Amino acid sequence: MPPTTDVVNQKPESKAGGSLRAYLRSIAAIVWKDLAAEFRSRELIGAMLVFAALVILIFNFALELDIRTREAVTSGVLWVTFAFAGTLGLNRSMAIEKDRGCLDGLLLAPVDRTAIYFGKAIGNLFFMLIVEAIILPMYSVLYNVNLFQPGLIFVILLGSIGYTAVGTLLASMAVQARTRDMLLPILLFPVLIPLLLAAVKASNGFLMGFEMAEIMPWINLMIAYDVIFIAVAFMVFDFVVEE
Amino acid sequence: MIKVRRLVKTFGPKPVLRGLDFQVTRGEFVALLGPNGAGKTTFLRILATLSRPKMGEVIVAGHHLPAEAAAVRRRLGVVSHQPLLYGDLSAEQNLRFYSWMYGVGDLERRIDEVLHLVGLNPRRRDLVRQFSRGMQQRLAIGRAILHRPDILLFDEPHTGLDQEAAAMLDQVLREIATAGRTVVMTSHDISRAADLADRVDILSKGVITASESTEDLDPIQLTELYRSVTRV
Repeated sequence: MPPTTDVVNQKPESKAGGSLRAYLRSIAAIVWKDLAAEFRSRELIGAMLVFAALVILIFNFALELDIRTREAVTSGVLWVTFAFAGTLGLNRSMAIEKDRGCLDGLLLAPVDRTAIYFGKAIGNLFFMLIVEAIILPMYSVLYNVNLFQPGLIFVILLGSIGYTAVGTLLASMAVQARTRDMLLPILLFPVLIPLLLAAVKASNGFLMGFEMAEIMPWINLMIAYDVIFIAVAFMVFDFVVEE
Repeated sequence: MIKVRRLVKTFGPKPVLRGLDFQVTRGEFVALLGPNGAGKTTFLRILATLSRPKMGEVIVAGHHLPAEAAAVRRRLGVVSHQPLLYGDLSAEQNLRFYSWMYGVGDLERRIDEVLHLVGLNPRRRDLVRQFSRGMQQRLAIGRAILHRPDILLFDEPHTGLDQEAAAMLDQVLREIATAGRTVVMTSHDISRAADLADRVDILSKGVITASESTEDLDPIQLTELYRSVTRV
């Protein structure tokens, strides 16, 4: 090991500041880090995908339904699958930060701590969307239901944003606890009820061909939910991760 | 550089730090000794802005904590007994990630410098989870000095290292100390603390019970002092 004094004997860095550029760079760094680690390990997406595929397979065999009834239950089956698979991803995403003390490493960075929240939330959203993009065609084939409708895709996007916004915040709380694997679903699902209800109703509306006037209140509810919980997370994340 | 007065920290009803006073001048290397449960890690976590004090005054690099925590974090490098590194990223990727988080300029050159300093340049593309404990700890030091902080906090950095890895770590610590950095290191190893540090403070039951220059005491005298002030 060849230590060189001039390497350590230099002025402190002063570039990292509270500027918007530094804030956005930190968010991008966290997203890049999560994607790079997942690209290498494939643990998180792998676990979510296998779980989601098993759930829709089990439902497929358990519910021997005619084509009309299949369309009616599709939105419920889809959102149950996404919600349960999502908790696996959220737990794993925060467990990575707890291993080797990495969460402390993030908290020590001279950036606004909400950048950590947004970086993690965007990473989790990305993983969730990848899983959904694979599960949707699989579901379409197994249930013989056309899921490739722009309205439904929009609802899934809105629902996934709300899910990861709340899920990332609560996973950050749960990761501090010894019983984090059990704690996250217990904390998460009650808070998700309005979002899941609206997502199921709006998805069902598009699948059953309802009028937009009937679907719009549910979409508006989802938009309001997303905005409110992103704002809440922005305000409380610093307190959630503090010792 | 670091000034702490009447610091109190409790976890629930249990007091961990009970009116601790502590001071470090610029460029000083202070070793903090104490038995398990004395409050060393808690104290270091407060200095590192990872934990809030209940009462008392903490000033680091002229900034008050916890109010000016972000300004303090820019001046700090922290090495704990955990490496704070991602196992599924390579050594180089870990340093690149932290460079972005700290806004390090000319980052490719800086990553090269740091990897050479900690002797891991040949293993730069290997995953951290494939590293030995000693190599992880050296990379953790690299991570801590990446943004050229002027204060370094080490929380029992020798934990779990074999003789060779500990000697390598000592070499890096000496290098950092001679570069004029302010260093606070917690340890259980009295002779190592005496060898590396300018001053040894002994923390017992949440307060500093002794503070001695290592020039004034040899390791045997220091061991006796440690026993006398930490005796139950």
